[in-house]
Amino acid sequence: MSDIQEDRDLTINILKFNPHDTNSRPTMVEYVIKERPGMSLFLALTAIREKLDHNLAYDFVCRAGICGSCGMLVNGKPVLACKTQTKDYKDGNITLMPMPAFELIKDLSVNTGKWMNGMSKRVGSWIHTSESTDIGKVERRIEPEVANDTFELDRCIECGICVASCATKIMRPEFVGAVGLNRVVRFSIDPYDERRDSDYYELIGDDDGIFGCMSLMGCEDHCPKELPLQEKIAFMRRKMVNQRDT
Amino acid sequence: MKIQYCDALVIGGGLAGLRSAVAASVKGLNVVVISMVPVKRSHSAAAQGGMQASLGNSKMSQGDNEDLHFADTVKGSDWGCDQEVARMFVNTAPKAIRELASWGVPWTRITQGDRTAVINAKETTISEEPDVHGLIHSRDFGGTKKWRTCYTGDATGHSMLFSVANEAIKRDIEIQDRKEAISLIHKGDRCYGAVVRDLVTGELSAYVAKGTMIATGGYGRVYRTTTNAVICEGTGHAIALETGKVPLGNMEAVQFHPTPIVPSGILLTEGCRGDGGVLRDKDGHRFMPDYEPEKKELASRDVVARRMMEHIKKGKGVGIGRESFVWLDISILGRDHIERNLRDVQDIAITFNGIDPADEGEKGWLPVHPAQHYSMGGIRTDRTGHTALKGLFSAGEAACWDLHGFNRLGGNSVSEAVVAGMIIGNYFADFCRDNDIEISTNYVKEAILKVDLEIDKILTYEGPEDIFEIKARMQDIMDNKVGVFRNGIELKEAVEELEELYRKTKEITVKAKDKIHNDELTEAYRVPKMLKIALCVAKGANDRTESRGAHFREDYEKRDDANWLNRTLAYWRAEEDTMPTLEYEPIGVMDMELPPGFRGYGSKGNIILHPDAEKRQKEVDEIRERMTKQGKDRIEIQDAIMPYRLHREYKAINFRVGDRL
Repeated sequence: MSDIQEDRDLTINILKFNPHDTNSRPTMVEYVIKERPGMSLFLALTAIREKLDHNLAYDFVCRAGICGSCGMLVNGKPVLACKTQTKDYKDGNITLMPMPAFELIKDLSVNTGKWMNGMSKRVGSWIHTSESTDIGKVERRIEPEVANDTFELDRCIECGICVASCATKIMRPEFVGAVGLNRVVRFSIDPYDERRDSDYYELIGDDDGIFGCMSLMGCEDHCPKELPLQEKIAFMRRKMVNQRDT
Repeated sequence: MKIQYCDALVIGGGLAGLRSAVAASVKGLNVVVISMVPVKRSHSAAAQGGMQASLGNSKMSQGDNEDLHFADTVKGSDWGCDQEVARMFVNTAPKAIRELASWGVPWTRITQGDRTAVINAKETTISEEPDVHGLIHSRDFGGTKKWRTCYTGDATGHSMLFSVANEAIKRDIEIQDRKEAISLIHKGDRCYGAVVRDLVTGELSAYVAKGTMIATGGYGRVYRTTTNAVICEGTGHAIALETGKVPLGNMEAVQFHPTPIVPSGILLTEGCRGDGGVLRDKDGHRFMPDYEPEKKELASRDVVARRMMEHIKKGKGVGIGRESFVWLDISILGRDHIERNLRDVQDIAITFNGIDPADEGEKGWLPVHPAQHYSMGGIRTDRTGHTALKGLFSAGEAACWDLHGFNRLGGNSVSEAVVAGMIIGNYFADFCRDNDIEISTNYVKEAILKVDLEIDKILTYEGPEDIFEIKARMQDIMDNKVGVFRNGIELKEAVEELEELYRKTKEITVKAKDKIHNDELTEAYRVPKMLKIALCVAKGANDRTESRGAHFREDYEKRDDANWLNRTLAYWRAEEDTMPTLEYEPIGVMDMELPPGFRGYGSKGNIILHPDAEKRQKEVDEIRERMTKQGKDRIEIQDAIMPYRLHREYKAINFRVGDRL
């Protein structure tokens, strides 16, 4: 917190555009604010909206890197804005753009919720089982390592940063994204889920699924939860290749 | 004007709302969930440490059962809770855990054999038996007799929320996000739904439903320093309050969490201390054992927060004045433990403070200071979650059901959210199934129009005040005068200043006149609602001349059961009022299973006992003694002391490992 220069000015350029307003045109707007110690982009944008521009749109909820609401492009890189510290931008110039690949609501606000909902339905992002659980009885035993492996992938917060950093997604609008593939791997290792590889093949066994990934790994490079996406996508691809070839 | 009809309307898409929606969907009802944010972004996701349920699987939780969870919860509440609700809750919590496991929550599981844990700052070996291998694990949390808090690393709320949300998606429940309920539609003593504002288009529409549930979480953002998400503004409470019929209960009961990180106020889970982390002062001294020899860092949150502030006031904090803090040391747990079980804590500390808490010694210590965290108070309901307005229900943190009384135990929040979603969700669904409504479309249109006119009116204000400044001023008043330590002088000032601010919300000018994407307009209709909530908190705190749980009065240090064993009910009687009207609902000692006494932590002898406490204790003891002699089991004895009603499936026995089936 101490390496802040006192009273530094931050110049923040933001793409403003309201697609619902026919008079609106995409415009870069410059805001200058005083930097504060420990300032995150959450605090900076809040200051801009309170003091300089009441109609600037963006999304924050938890402001602690947990809820996944605030993905945006900061100097071209997709990040969670709440976890981004202004002091890391040495020249004090920051450019903010909405994440690509999602429906733009306004300015920095994009509809990740709608996209993720579609993704969840597409890959069946829930436990598929024919068993009914008697919740009064002692729970089924799960190997601790398996539970832990499932949790590792369950940590995805569906922020959309992997989708916004994906080259395949640009070429193939229907690409399910690392988030969708990760969901499939997560359920495939969860002992409660009865789906088999052949079921997953039906979901993702094409170029909009596992075979569309070009392994450029923008997803893993930018994932704020540092999920092992490269390894898990490769793992799933091997399994799906076997399905295809049988 | 658009009117949408459904059987069940759920306002709020966190754990309580979504689980209730699932309950309604299971009964074949047409459910609509509206949420200000995509539901998986709800604040339930931010719960880190875990969920209490007395599974009793691991070594350190052996012998745990509903009775112990019940007693811990009642003591934690400082006898402010409804003990029948506490019984309903503790009996359903193990079922909730097991249901969630089957819905995909990857609960951390027990590994047989030896493991090392840090207990009371010492490395201790714990040995797990082979017969519990693979069962659900639990960690220690404050104010509990056993290690009872089940968890997935330190992202428990996230895993729980995603599982329940995915269950709702699986069931094709209609979820509409970026929508805000800004008024309830009601006539006489019946609720008919809500007027809802689309936060993208600004459009107002009506949702008419046989039953409406408010599950909108807490009201922490009336404070400046809070762990709460920015959406936790209490506007769900306000729309219930504004009906004039529905009281808010115990609004002064506000929890301050001991260990949010300084200065951002972002939460560091109680799991840090549950797993063995300690608090240190400016000299590096571990001070909690000096104050709380038995529970140390793991007394209830109200007690630990006060002890920290007390210690800081003695000049033992790091830094000076209001910036002063103490250290949370989890480095003693070792890097392996932190990087597996407290990873989000590590991430937060590195990101926001540049400190890696796994670094050994002072280098890894984290600056912490108590901050607003949880709202025990809320929309007052009966035991089925029904409010005074027929057809309006409430569940989770938004409600005063009243499970937590004047202090909630760590691990009981997400637990309440999902358990209430099961219990209240089912009562709510039954109500929606069994009751019909008749309401003219004209009446509904009038309700929309009224809100529309109010918004138009706000846009015509021409005053000197700024709504953002009013909000900031409110938050400062709440922080400075309605905080951890309270006194009559400051509370009186707070009440007066908040009332004045409330008046000033009509003396503003909203510069841009657009009805959409106009944040100043949004604040202009929300902030008066927040001020109503803040006034309920401050007035409740001012009038309650005792100390109970998280409500601590420097001028009335004793818990006064003789005069204050009751629940505050705050009403907003008329639209033009500028102050809530307070009433009190007694809590009957003679109905209690656990009559009031000493909690086992906090200051001893600081209680003015209720005249009936001893009498009831004697009665309870006699029943227990007699029935034990007759060979009755603990469930039969409990039923004789304080019978309670619950759906059969939730009232059923919870089997534990080792029980004979």
